[in-house]
Amino acid sequence: MATAFSSIGVIQNPHCESRSVPSRKLYSAVLGSTQKFRFNPPSRSISGCSETLGKPSPIYAISEVFKEKKRKSASSSSGLLITKEEGLEVYEDMVLGRCFEDMCAQMYYRGKMFGFVHLYNGQEAVSTGFIKLLKKEDCVVSTYRDHVHALSKGIPAREVMSELFGKTTGCCRGQGGSMHMFSKEHNLIGGFAFIGEGIPVATGAAFTSKYRREALNETDCDHVTLAFFGDGTCNNGQFYECLNMAALWKLPIVFVVENNLWAIGMSHLRSTSDPEIWKKGPAFGMPGVHVDGMDVLKVREVAKEAIGRARRGEGPTLVECETYRFRGHSLADPDELRDPAEKARYAARDPIATLKKYMIDNNLANEVEFKAIDKKIDEIVEDSVEFADGSPQPSRSQLLENVFADPKGFGIGPDGRYRCEDPKFTEGTAHV
Amino acid sequence: MFSILKQKVLNGGSPVMILGQTVQRIRPAVDAYRGYSSAAKEMTVREALNSALDEEMSADPKVFIMGEEVGEYQGAYKISKGLLEKYGPERVLDTPITEAGFTGIGVGAAYYGLKPVVEFMTFNFSMQAIDHIINSAAKSNYMSAGRISVPIVFRGPNGAAAGVGAQHSQCYAGWYASCPGLKVLTPYSSEDARGLLKAAIRDPDPVIFLENELLYGESFPVSAEVLDSSFCLPIGKAKIEREGKDVTITAFSKMVGLALKAAEILAKDGISAEIINLRSIRPLDRATINASVRKTNRLVTVEEGFPQHGVGAEICTSVIEESFGYLDAPVERIAGADVPMPYAANLERSAVPQIEDIVRAAKRACYRAVPMAAAS
Repeated sequence: MATAFSSIGVIQNPHCESRSVPSRKLYSAVLGSTQKFRFNPPSRSISGCSETLGKPSPIYAISEVFKEKKRKSASSSSGLLITKEEGLEVYEDMVLGRCFEDMCAQMYYRGKMFGFVHLYNGQEAVSTGFIKLLKKEDCVVSTYRDHVHALSKGIPAREVMSELFGKTTGCCRGQGGSMHMFSKEHNLIGGFAFIGEGIPVATGAAFTSKYRREALNETDCDHVTLAFFGDGTCNNGQFYECLNMAALWKLPIVFVVENNLWAIGMSHLRSTSDPEIWKKGPAFGMPGVHVDGMDVLKVREVAKEAIGRARRGEGPTLVECETYRFRGHSLADPDELRDPAEKARYAARDPIATLKKYMIDNNLANEVEFKAIDKKIDEIVEDSVEFADGSPQPSRSQLLENVFADPKGFGIGPDGRYRCEDPKFTEGTAHV
Repeated sequence: MFSILKQKVLNGGSPVMILGQTVQRIRPAVDAYRGYSSAAKEMTVREALNSALDEEMSADPKVFIMGEEVGEYQGAYKISKGLLEKYGPERVLDTPITEAGFTGIGVGAAYYGLKPVVEFMTFNFSMQAIDHIINSAAKSNYMSAGRISVPIVFRGPNGAAAGVGAQHSQCYAGWYASCPGLKVLTPYSSEDARGLLKAAIRDPDPVIFLENELLYGESFPVSAEVLDSSFCLPIGKAKIEREGKDVTITAFSKMVGLALKAAEILAKDGISAEIINLRSIRPLDRATINASVRKTNRLVTVEEGFPQHGVGAEICTSVIEESFGYLDAPVERIAGADVPMPYAANLERSAVPQIEDIVRAAKRACYRAVPMAAAS
């Protein structure tokens, strides 16, 4: 099992060293990057940041919390982080995400998919770790890198693949595409192309949950919202505006930062004055947590905490998952700026391989079961491609549909028909 | 697709057409300067923009480029390739993903005399910064009674690309052109790109420079005059790409290419179309458009963006206001479909004007409408 490193501890070292020589080339084991960065540490010592600053929202070093829980909990007598059933479910979900994305790449190069396609290879632990803990009514808001979020949330692979092929059987009938996946049934509200755009939308979804509980008196409404976004988004104004409001109103939301260190070709370290995103949470009065996003078990532990907090009404959490995308930003990105050594280092921490090793080492499952799951997923993905291939393209009449919910503009009456078709519609209007 | 009924055309009652004399003046610049250049050099729009930026940056040290991925990535569409190596990170700035922030910073720099060229990865992202473009940049000269001018250029690809979905495909020509205080330019060929970008950078006012992603890779012949480093095109002048006598077709950006191809098809039917490449949406070259309509008596406007309140609407109204007596047919307006851009390939094709649409509209204006026999 990968050792749970003390995240605070590792972050400390580069900062302390860099104090005197700000531009020295530093290897940050946490950030895993080989880029040099100018970092001006704050004047107080870093250990000071674990103080609560007098506010009731301390910064957790995830390892400390997790070690605490391990010691305290008597229920998990085996000391393992996951049961066999959960483990296989998580494994299956991650393999589905990986296989699906690999198939997307194949289909793109064969011309069946077009436009912008952003693949999620390498980041599966974050999606699976968080989304598999949600209920169906909980809401997920994502970015353009949303195929795997859609799959984890429960949208059938067939529908996602059809959408990518632009067929009418897709989850948005071919009108949205790769970057705009929506599902009312599974509560996946997108799918946004602009970074930062999804965060206020997610905050609104969380607000609805709270509103239903308080203003509409649905006291059992404890829906949680997850907002997924990247490191580049953390420099965008909308992010900070929403952190403020979510903390102010104690909204049931978890802000999940998938920090894969790169925004197309712009390194996170080159674009951010303080690269540690988890620290921005306490500035707004919510806990900020950093977790190793390449290990699904660690992500799950943090997710349980954060989602639990939100469900109990204790407010938002900012979780920074350090992860990595194995492919380029999109299939059109030649990916020349990233150091191959960095890529290799992260490839060695492949979340699927890590989970598999953990489960085998702890005798939770054996190779045969994993192979069976692999085969099952292969069949699902192949079937989704066949289904998408065989589906019809949208008809021309679909072009003008769905611009408005009520195209005639006079509203829809309680019987579901357009009001303007009601014979008594113009009664009462004055004749001039 | 065009089941052209030759009888109809011949009996169409059009005035005598000297068919052999279809004036093929698609690239008059090259024709005129054939005397100077030894061989017509070809240049892609990408190279034209890159060379224009390069020359302006070397001529004036106050010019700098700012945007996402303009430096190390060599430009999201490789327009700013090589500029980081040549001018250094102080003048070619890679920004974080904060359109509102870096646009505001650019406007502030322009207030104090620098000349920023702000790149939006696509103009769709300019919506995040539109407050600064309109309120801080466009209105400042007016609000300060001429004391603060804002010599800034906002450039980037505009309009639909291929299969990129609703949020990446909007055309912003209509929006920005409705705002006083901005100049809006839409180049088509490499010559346009070079000349207009150089003019924009030298201009003391905020300029919105709307390029088109699908044109970046297209090559056009350029003359020696275009390659000269002091080459500049005037802002506010349209170009007549092809002269004609029967119908005026106005277009800008990618649609100029489609209009030219439509003109070829129309010429085979005996309709001689005059194609105007608008080049400048604000200020709009009303004089050229009206002079052309007074000659041909018919107008078809073509644009890729949404129809309502678009560029075509303004041109049609301008012509009706100024040349009503000269019109022999109702003005025709072709625009993109009035829906957000769909993703599916066949729907996307239907949402953007195609050559057939232009041909059909031109024929309608010439009273030679053909029934839509085979629905495509």
